[in-house]
Amino acid sequence: MTTSTLPYERLTYLENFGHSLRAASYLYKPTTTEQISEIFKFAKQNGLTITLRGAGRSYNDAALNGGGIVLDIQDMNRILEWNPETGLIKAEPGVTLQKLWQHVLPDGWWPPVVSGTMYTTLGGCLGMNIHGKNNYKMGTIGEHVVEFTALLPTGAEVTCSPNHNGDLFYSIISGMGMLGVFTSITMQMKKVHSGLLNVHAFPARNLREQLNAIAESAPVNDYTVGWLDSTAGGSGLGRGQLHTAKYLHEGEDPDPKKTMQVNYQTLPATLFGVFPKSIIHFFMAPFMINPGVWLVNTAKYVASLREGHYKQSHAAFHFLLDYVPNWEKAYGRDGLIQYQSFVPKETAEAAWTELLRLSHKRGMPSYLGVTKRHRPDKFLLSHAVDGFSLALDFKVTNGSRAKMRVMLHDFDRIVLEAGGRFYFAKNSETTPETALRFLGQETVERFKALKRRTDPHNILESDLFRRVFGSL
Amino acid sequence: MSVSKLFAATPLHHRRAAIVVGASSGIGAALTRKLANEGYTVAAVARRADLLEALCAEINATHGETRAIAYPHDVTRYDSVPAALQKIVQDLGGLDLFIYNTGIQHHVKVDEFDFEKDRAMLETNLLGALAWLNPVAAMFHHIRAGHIVGISSVAGDRGRVGAPAYNTSKAALTTYLESLRNRLTRRGVTVTTIKPGFVETDILRSAPKKNFFWLINPNQAAEGIWKAIKARKQTAYVPAQWGLLMLIIRHIPSFIFRRLSF
Repeated sequence: MTTSTLPYERLTYLENFGHSLRAASYLYKPTTTEQISEIFKFAKQNGLTITLRGAGRSYNDAALNGGGIVLDIQDMNRILEWNPETGLIKAEPGVTLQKLWQHVLPDGWWPPVVSGTMYTTLGGCLGMNIHGKNNYKMGTIGEHVVEFTALLPTGAEVTCSPNHNGDLFYSIISGMGMLGVFTSITMQMKKVHSGLLNVHAFPARNLREQLNAIAESAPVNDYTVGWLDSTAGGSGLGRGQLHTAKYLHEGEDPDPKKTMQVNYQTLPATLFGVFPKSIIHFFMAPFMINPGVWLVNTAKYVASLREGHYKQSHAAFHFLLDYVPNWEKAYGRDGLIQYQSFVPKETAEAAWTELLRLSHKRGMPSYLGVTKRHRPDKFLLSHAVDGFSLALDFKVTNGSRAKMRVMLHDFDRIVLEAGGRFYFAKNSETTPETALRFLGQETVERFKALKRRTDPHNILESDLFRRVFGSL
Repeated sequence: MSVSKLFAATPLHHRRAAIVVGASSGIGAALTRKLANEGYTVAAVARRADLLEALCAEINATHGETRAIAYPHDVTRYDSVPAALQKIVQDLGGLDLFIYNTGIQHHVKVDEFDFEKDRAMLETNLLGALAWLNPVAAMFHHIRAGHIVGISSVAGDRGRVGAPAYNTSKAALTTYLESLRNRLTRRGVTVTTIKPGFVETDILRSAPKKNFFWLINPNQAAEGIWKAIKARKQTAYVPAQWGLLMLIIRHIPSFIFRRLSF
């Protein structure tokens, strides 16, 4: 067998979302299933590996493949079928949530599950099985997939639904792009009667109050999310602000046609009408040090003490991460990482009290904390629990890497002891031992068996996969 | 070997990757050990598989993890280089530093004129280098990063009576590296030319005359080279005093130089 080499001009440095890790790969942007098929064959012949990449919004190494091939599916972005009567949509995997909601909202529908940014692709969302601020009610995005087709590295194209090829359905969704590549996705949208949501914002004085408020708000609201002031200590540890939202009933919005227009939803490009948002991250950067963030968080908390009831567009409520473009660049040269843990409701408060205290004690407070309510799901590599999640953003600096790594390993121990789980789109330091412990031997064995079946030559591999599953 | 045993780079635990071509003995082996000590994962490339495997086993045992991987390869099999490079870079997860160290010297007498010996030296010292440097330079050119190090020699600074082809191979390598530097600096790539003096290696051990001075061992050479790499130097004499000596030697007029016996 002769080996051939890939053209060097395809070599590109790709980054994770937090700009804290980069790896050079041969980048391909296929537009058809046949092209993917060809690349699979080439990789197999030449002993190369392929990683699937959507919008590259994972905080870790999920879409990186140093020295190998990266298949960027963003150009496979056609909406194939849309039925405004039933709310069923069929799309290619490169369609972003932005394209999706903009396509369906004018007809009175909204994606049932969205992430905090609308720039993610459907393929990426399903590979990681994302959740939204309504996870406790609507589950993960995978629960709204009616059917999908996927190309396996074996060359076979499979059609999967909960009832047909169910084992592949529940594992390719959540499978980190390691079992096959989505070629089409059919999803059920959610009927809405307005482009607006009824939002309620109110403060929580500490972690217990915050978690209790989420638990109490969740059953009676369509969306619930908490902001946690991760720099506050003492009696204010875990304080923050909650945002809950409800859909408007039919007839509640006097002019739904207007509020469901894309223009009505679009986030303004300027702050206070004049200040271009595209440059805000430059002005944020000087504040991204411990005292600066403490100041900003404290001001934000004080401002949140005034309770608010207001109406907000879907896009403005959901896509907070898009509010300031390139905000992640404010974290500077070494970028940021996120540590998200999912802990059962009974043990969450104690575990996170320990996490937050530890981060303060070691002088590495998180700069942003977000809390949500979750429910378990049936997908193979599930991160969800009947409990809460806490996402903590940390600034990476050259001098703090080693000690932060030790801290995050201590975090893992605390979370595991509390019966918690982790999310493969977020944490960058999860070890094989940690993954084995929260997934369980049986799940890992099932995943490996499925991997052998769909990808016997180990063509699909990402840096994430090698890091966590390489030695399992 | 199992590549998955390599520790994966994370935002909090970066991993640098290096290739050392000519790693089985002498300066190359010492450099491989040094880079592993500095936290690099090193692809050790050379012809002699047994020596390579032993070196990698020793390094990995020292560190308790895989930091050196053996890739047996003959640099004069030019056509096989691009595929080998592609495979190594994938196994390492990237490439930050490339070192071409392979070099042979067939000693010739002053009255010996042997084309086969000369060809062997040029094939290994120069053409082997070009076979590797071209694809590596192409990679670094496209990713706009990287560091190339060529182990040339003080022997390339003048053509002496004792080693015409060896001198030529090293002079050509030095010139080639200079061109590469001029091409790649604008792409953010560093190219370092190392000119060691006398180092206790197989080349010296086989030399007919033993009139060496400023003699250093391969570990000392590796330390000096590492310093030059860290400082991102363009050219470095190892040890540094050779710089001064060669400055003088380079300026000895030909009418004197051709009467000298070294």
